[in-house]
Amino acid sequence: MKYVDEFRDPEQARKWLEKISALAKLAQAGKDRPLHIMEVCGGHTHTIFRYGIKQMLPQEIELVHGPGCPVCVLPMGRVDDCVALAEHPEVILTTFGDAMRVPGSQKSLHQAKAEGADVRMVYSPTDALSIARKHPDKEVVFFALGFETTMPSTALTVLQAEEEGIGNFSLFCNHITIIPTIKAILDSPDLQLDGFLGPGHVSMIIGQHPYSFIAKQYKKPLVISGFEPLDILQSIWMILSQLKEHRHEIENQYGRIVQSEGNHNALSAIEKVFEVREFFEWRGLGSIEHSGVRVREGYARYDAERKFSIPNLKIADPKSCQCGEVLRGTLKPKDCKVFGTTCKPETPLGALMVSTEGACAAYYSYGQIDSNQIIS
Amino acid sequence: MCLGIPGKIIEITSTENKLARVDVAGVKRQINIACIVDDDHPPESCVGDWVLVHVGFAMVRINEEEATRTLELLRKMGEMQDEIKAMQKSEEDNS
Ligand code: SF4
Repeated sequence: MKYVDEFRDPEQARKWLEKISALAKLAQAGKDRPLHIMEVCGGHTHTIFRYGIKQMLPQEIELVHGPGCPVCVLPMGRVDDCVALAEHPEVILTTFGDAMRVPGSQKSLHQAKAEGADVRMVYSPTDALSIARKHPDKEVVFFALGFETTMPSTALTVLQAEEEGIGNFSLFCNHITIIPTIKAILDSPDLQLDGFLGPGHVSMIIGQHPYSFIAKQYKKPLVISGFEPLDILQSIWMILSQLKEHRHEIENQYGRIVQSEGNHNALSAIEKVFEVREFFEWRGLGSIEHSGVRVREGYARYDAERKFSIPNLKIADPKSCQCGEVLRGTLKPKDCKVFGTTCKPETPLGALMVSTEGACAAYYSYGQIDSNQIIS
Repeated sequence: MCLGIPGKIIEITSTENKLARVDVAGVKRQINIACIVDDDHPPESCVGDWVLVHVGFAMVRINEEEATRTLELLRKMGEMQDEIKAMQKSEEDNS
């Protein structure tokens, strides 16, 4: 009751839940297991836990949390590389708040800062550029991460630096792309998925068309969804309708933000500055073909990987961590051996405990909700 | 991190660099509007527009009703404060 009441419009929420319940059995017909719907975006994971949506759904539906939290999928080796960059005496390393606490094999950026490295939290990559303007004697490295939502902002910042002829600014580029990631998930043998909640803000950039292969080749429905709880309920209902009618299409529930062709200016900035990497290493998922981007040759002077020698070591996660299984959706956060004991939001062992978009942190903060409290 | 916060464009500060001052939940700061302008919507025509702001960039134009609703929801969820604080701090540090 409490949680439905927190919705913007509890009446609407109840209505959607009723519609979902009415459809769930029909949509699941012929399967001897619940329907598995994956939310790809960390923002959705957060809303789902925050509002207890998981517990409101009928037993025919199980939500699987995808790898859509960019901080969470960063492998330990990349964090170590970033720490190594930060420890260069001439470097000021700038980053978003979330990335400060991701554990590396030795330390996080936060710890590196405590030990004297110049690490600064910024709100925007343009702030990093301002710092570069102020400190021409230093090299200001921006730890760039995120899916297509944040990519245009770093690309445009590089273009601005070029325009102004600022030479002491560079990216440590860890941007990742959504499509190869979804493809890798679809190709993984141990995961059975029936449909996807598509990321809203990534789609605002890339549009609707890049997802077509999911419907055409893999015959799965995907519904691009907003991040409000009502958006998510409606999107789940849209997926169920498709399943019931044996359709598999790309639909857009978030039409108020997402245009089917995406954002042209943002895409062309990305295209100008970045190129696809052969492979990019993910925490828990291994190496995924074409899933990351790097700075193009033409912008080499803005690429920290070209300006500095970076250790670039592959470091295995600690044995006790089961982040990989949680990321692949084959293990529930609470079933990880260290969940809530040695691994907590204040002292994260794995990256999924760091960001509020990470499945483990979300589960830790909101997951213990008793389902009786929710449905009145 | 992928959250966007609605803001209202109050002034164009550089037509050439496509920069504007945007009021985001009471914090006024410089925002890049390159992603939302084109020939049909030159920077000069953007004053008064509501936009979704993400890490210092306006990503999409939204209508006022959507903006108000989203702001209210974010406020209720208690999830805007950190980002607004970061925004305010960065504005103070860099201006
Ligand atoms: S509890 Fe910690 S170690 Fe276990 S999967 Fe979650 S983040 Fe990883």
